[in-house]
This record gives sequence, structure tokens and C-alpha cells, in this order.
Amino acid sequence: MMIKVLAIDDSRTIRSLVQKVMEDAGFLCALADDGVQGVQRFQQDPPDVVITDINMPNMDGYGVISAIRGGAVNRNVPILVLTTESAPHLKAKARDAGATGWIVKPFDDAAIVSVVRRVTGARA
Amino acid sequence: MSAQTSIRDMFFEESEELLEALGEGLALMLGGDHNDETVNAVFRAVHSIKGGAGAFKLSALVAFAHRFETVLDEVRGHRLAIDTDLMHTLQRSADHLTDLVEDARTGTDASNAQTPEFLAALDARLGAPPPPEPEAEEEFSFAALTLDLDLTDLGREAVEEPMAGHQFTIRFRPHATLYSNGHDPALLIATLADLGEIEALPDLSRLPDLADFDPAKPSLGWEIRLASEADLAAVQEVFEFVDGLCELDIRVRKPRAVEEAAVSAAVMPVPTGPGDQTDSDTPAVAPVLPTVRPAVRDDAPAEGTPAAEKSGPKPTLRVDLDRVDRLINAVGELIINQSMIAQRVQELRLATDADVVTHVEDYRLLARDIQEAVMAIRAQPVKPLFQRMSRIVREAADSTGKSARLVTHGEGAEVDKTLVERLADPLTHMIRNAVDHGLEMPEGRLAAGKDPVGTIHLSAAHRSGAVIITIRDDGTGLNRPKILEIARKKNLVSAEAELTDTEIDALLFLPGFSTASTVSNLSGRGVGLDVVRNAVAALGGRVSITSTPGQGTEFTISLPLTLAVLDGMLVSVAGQIMVVPITAVHETIRPSKEELHVVGANDRLLSIRGKFIPMVDVAEGLGFQRAEGHSEPQTLLLVETEQKGQCALIVDRVFDQRQVVIKGLDTNYGAVPGVSAATVLGDGRIALILDPDAIANNRVLPGPDFRSAAKHIEGKSRAVA
Repeated sequence: MMIKVLAIDDSRTIRSLVQKVMEDAGFLCALADDGVQGVQRFQQDPPDVVITDINMPNMDGYGVISAIRGGAVNRNVPILVLTTESAPHLKAKARDAGATGWIVKPFDDAAIVSVVRRVTGARA
Repeated sequence: MSAQTSIRDMFFEESEELLEALGEGLALMLGGDHNDETVNAVFRAVHSIKGGAGAFKLSALVAFAHRFETVLDEVRGHRLAIDTDLMHTLQRSADHLTDLVEDARTGTDASNAQTPEFLAALDARLGAPPPPEPEAEEEFSFAALTLDLDLTDLGREAVEEPMAGHQFTIRFRPHATLYSNGHDPALLIATLADLGEIEALPDLSRLPDLADFDPAKPSLGWEIRLASEADLAAVQEVFEFVDGLCELDIRVRKPRAVEEAAVSAAVMPVPTGPGDQTDSDTPAVAPVLPTVRPAVRDDAPAEGTPAAEKSGPKPTLRVDLDRVDRLINAVGELIINQSMIAQRVQELRLATDADVVTHVEDYRLLARDIQEAVMAIRAQPVKPLFQRMSRIVREAADSTGKSARLVTHGEGAEVDKTLVERLADPLTHMIRNAVDHGLEMPEGRLAAGKDPVGTIHLSAAHRSGAVIITIRDDGTGLNRPKILEIARKKNLVSAEAELTDTEIDALLFLPGFSTASTVSNLSGRGVGLDVVRNAVAALGGRVSITSTPGQGTEFTISLPLTLAVLDGMLVSVAGQIMVVPITAVHETIRPSKEELHVVGANDRLLSIRGKFIPMVDVAEGLGFQRAEGHSEPQTLLLVETEQKGQCALIVDRVFDQRQVVIKGLDTNYGAVPGVSAATVLGDGRIALILDPDAIANNRVLPGPDFRSAAKHIEGKSRAVA
């Protein structure tokens, strides 16, 4: 079965990069521009993994995590946080909010794919 | 074009929008809007640029954006008060960021030399020394930050180095949060299994009796033995995300060293990057296992990879400009074809309700619709252009020690893309001029009872098929005596000539004219208003100037909406059909004998409403021979020229007005003086489109001499009366 990824980022450059890397790896990738749209997409078509930015208009990444974790649908889905901050306390903050893992921008194509595989159990 | 390049293009496109948003946000902040969302949007713009720049390894851009972002983060967190000084720094940083983005786009680093200066300004705002960047410079490269778990590679290494193995014993007991954070112990174990041979034994010691069993409480643990070529760091990385979400104890024994390292349970520090490895918690590991991280493969997909290019979520379509231009050209042909058919049908003199007549009329309307729609594709709002000007104002104000602000109006007005692009230089020059020459120093303004901060108004508006752009300052106004003095000194006018205010103002547009008595920082580039006028004229537009002493100066640029069609007046000259741009024609005149005067050998004047206006024979100007010598001109077109003011063009006949499709002469033939382009008429004939300015310039004597001649005639006619 094909892995479905939902990528939420307000930067269309990053969105497109994530989408390209995911599709090149053979995953399906849906996109959302901000947290609100992301949660909507999530509910309409629950993905196997969510990759979300933190700093976004309307609803930030922490909001997305708590909306998903507090929701009824697919609440234990792996959620990966895309962040430019690599400071340990920010990772801890993401983890405490319920993130499954994080990807530090700028990300390496192979690394992000391998993290997605790791948390979804998808084999290469 | 590879997918990578197209995303790179997208990055620059997006950056432009983000810089625009940044500029808008800063302008709002400057205007006193310190709303959290406004400040946040400013922060996000810089943050997003940094994020995208990182993906393309644009390290200079990332480094600056990072520091900029740090300051904005302080502002966002209300730790840094917003004051004029800060806004000054932020706006200039935004300007510098714009330059760095441009550098990155063009692959140069012209502006990076100034980065330290801007960084110093930003740091000064932070008060304390800036927090160290989370990563050292080289960590903006991919290798240092990656969670490299390329399992296939590790497997290969195992084959190549069969003997270098470690024995790991891992005790692992998930907390409830591990599950709620979306982790699955089975996946973690499976990931470990990819590193080597494993044996996973469930630890059932805490499994309660069935009666006490709470499904929400995790009760399972595992003891996992792993024989792997991978080092401790690689094993730790498997558990990176679950740090704090489980009890974890990893022990490693390297067979050759026969040494065992214990890593404390539950709070296992995970090296995620060189920065973290210097943490005080880790040295226990270091002596045993020099952390050698597997090499990162450059995994950039090959060019041939099926491109996953999808159009972005915005409902726009990026189209090659060439295609649009081809379409515009084809539509031009369509319009010509339509008018040809219309003319043929007209010649048939059919009843106006005949089928073919109504169809032809429908065709005409359709063709116009298509034409307008196609033109709209190339139309772009002047907003980005206007926004760039606020920077010019800032820079000009800075370098002259003046204070100035830019107020824009009507920035939604749309103009042909080429016009917008080609307008940038003249506009920049005029804005600079307005600050440099127009505005007074703050003290001078105060003394004159004005706001010490000068205002430059920049506005755009559509007016009857043209775009009118005005640049107005509230400065001193033109110093006409000084202008006249300079013009005389430079022999641009004769010493005796008496000029009206308008004529004096027009002197500014003469080549080589410069009023700045001292060469300021901004001038000295050898660019005068004549260059501006030429640039605007090349776009089929014109510039005019009005000024009120003590109150300011206003420049008005009038431009056609498009460069593809033109509203023209069809005239005949020496038996040829020609087109005069409607925008140039003020009125058509059938002069009476009394209104015509001859001066000197060949020069003639038209007297109209008490003014004397030079007449120019178009036929003569274009080099046609008039068979019957100087007959009395029957028809005159009163045109406004840039250099000579009003001028009357002599033509034989005026036919009608119509829209014509502009066909460049330069590409098809070559430049012809007095002719700006050509068109194809409905009957298939070629007609030249005249450039009234050039014709007038070739023929007309300098204005002041005409004035003295006019005075002479005026005197004579008075005597007669």
C-alpha cells in the first residue's frame, strides 16, 4: 500500500520540495498551506504521516499537533515537525506537544525519506 | 528544466512575495501598527526566506536572515521595544535582505560585503551579544545535520567490513506518551533489525494480572541484543525521537576492545549534530567509540527522474513570456484581418441588417474582446515597482541627511509588463531627484513651517487609455531664476530670451542640464532628466512638470497601457497614409490665412488664441518633395512635444481615428528618423506611425528664438490693428 504523506507548510518552496522528495520516494503527498487547512485535509483524507512546519499563519505546528492528537480520527498518526531550529529545547517542546519526530531544515532528501520510513514502517 | 531548478525558481518567486510582505509589514509597523499578527507576519517572511534559502545552501542569505530573524523574534516576544531607531534598522535590514536574495538569484555576492555592517546594526539592537547561532556556519550544509539512517548503505558496509562488529544490549520500556506521540515499538525494533542481527525478548515482568489490566497503561518492555557494524551513535539515533518517552538503557561491547560503555537510562543524550556532541553529558561515550558518522550520500535525484512537478496550490499558471508574445502577435494579425474583412464588406454597400454585416460586426467585437483579454495577460500592477521606490526614498534621504517618506496611491493600476520593467529606471531617477533636489533639509522645512519629514507622493491612475504616474514632492519647488541662469550659462537659451514659467521648467529636460550646484552623492552619475524623458518617450509616453514655489514639484508621466496597439489618427502626407498617435494630438485645426505667418526664409508660425506656435511640414520633415512648393497648409495637427512645447504639424488631410497594431520597424527594416513604427491597415496597405516629437525636433528652431520672432510678428500685427 502506498504511504500517504500530508505536508503542511506556509512556504510553497518548502512544500514543493517536500512533495518532490516524497513523490520521488514513491509516496503520495498531499499539501496544505497552513495549520487550519492542514487539519481540514487531515480529517478529509487521513494520511499515514504528517510533516508540518511550526511557524505558520492561522494555526501553527503545535496547534496542528494538538488538533490531531486531541481529535477522533487517526490520533496516533506519526507527526514529523519540520523546523529550522535545532536547539534541544525546541525539540523537547515539539516532543512534549506530541510530535513523533522532527526534521531539521535544511533537510537532506535521503534523511527525510528515511525518517518517514522509520515512523511509518514503510520499507524501501 | 529539472524539477530542482523549477523549485529554485519558485523559491525566488516566493521570496519576492515574502520581501513584499516584509516591506508591507514594516510599513504598517512604522505607521504605528504593532499588532502581534503584523509583527508575526514580518517575522515569518524572514523566517520563510531563511528556510527556503537553507534548502538551496545559500549560506550568505541564511546567515543574515538568521540574525535578522533573531532580532524580529525579540520584537515579537515584546523583549525589544519598537522605536524609530529600530524601525530604521529593520527597514534597512530588509533592504539588505532584498539585495542578498537578488545576489543569490544571480549567483553573485556583490552585496555580501556589506553584511557585517548590517549585522552590527542588528546586534546593536539586541543590546547583549547575540545568542550564538544554533549551528556553526558549515552546519548549514546538509551533511552535519542529517539523521543519516540510510539503511541500504549501512548494509553494504557490513559486507565490506565483516569483522568490525559491536554487541549491543538494549533495555527498552515505553511510556504511555511514546504511543500517544505516534510511535510504534515494533517499528523501532524493526529499525534496529536493519542495523544487524537482533534478538528481541519481551520483558513481561510488569505485566499485571488480567483483572488489573489497564489497556491505556503500557506494561511491556523489551531486552534487545544487537550485533551490528553500526556504532553507538547509529543505535542511539534509532531512539532519538523517543528520548524521554521511554526507559532506555543501551550498553555496547566492542569485541576487540572488550570494553563496555553504559549510557545512563531514561535520559539518554542523543547526539544529533556536532553542536550537541560537545554537551557535557556525552564524554563517557566518546573515548570508547569515536563517533564516526557514516558518510552522507548525495542523494540528489538524477535529471532523468520522473519529475514530480505539480503546479502550486495557487491557481496560477506560469507561462513562458515568448508564448504570450506569440499570442499577442497573432491577435494583432487577427485585428488586421478583421479590419480588412470589415472594409471589404463595407465596400459591398450591403443593407446594414444584412446577415454578413451583423456577423462582421460580431467578429469585430469578438476580436476586441480577445485582444483585451490577451493584453490583460501581460498587465501587471505597478505595486511591486512602487514598493521598491520606498527604499530609494530611504536611501536618498539617508545619503543627503534629509528625512522623507513615500506615500503611494493607486498601486493596483495595471500596466504592460514591459512598461513596468522599463519604468523602473526613470522612476528611480525621478524619486531620487525629488528627494535630492526637491526636498529641503529638515531645518529648512521647519523654518518654512513645514513638517520636517518631507513627503513624496507617488501615484498611478488610468485615464482614457493611458496610465498617468505622478511623482509629487512637498519641497521648495523649482528655482526658476536659477534654472534660467544655468541654461543661459550653458548656452541653452539666448541671453535675451524671455521665457514663460512652463518654458523654464521644460529646460530641465534638455540634455546636459543639471541644477545641482554641488555634485551630491546621488547625482554625479551623469544622468539628467533628459535621459528620463527619452526613456519614457521610448515607451510611447511623455513627461511633464509643474511646480509651485515653496510648495513642491510634480512630475507627470503619461504612458500607453500597452506597447502592442495604439490609438491613432489616420492622416495623409504627400500622398501617403500615415498614423499619428492620438495621445500626441491636442486638436486639429483648419487655419485661416490670418492665422498663418512666415518668419525668415521658410519658417512659419501659427497664431492661435494669442499664442504663436511653430509649424512643421511633416512631408518636408520626412524628406518628401512638395510638387507645388509652399501651398497654404490646409490642415494642422496641434501636438505637444517634449522639447519644443506645442507645435503644429502640417498634413494634407485627416481621415479618421482607429486602433492600429504596432509593427516594429527596427526588427523588420531599421530605425527611420521621425517614424516610430508601422502598421497594416484594413485594406492591406502599410502605414507609417509618426513620432511627432522627432519630426518637430528635426525641424523646429529652439523655442526662445521662435518667441522672439513671435514677439516681432505680434508687434507688427498690433501696428496693423
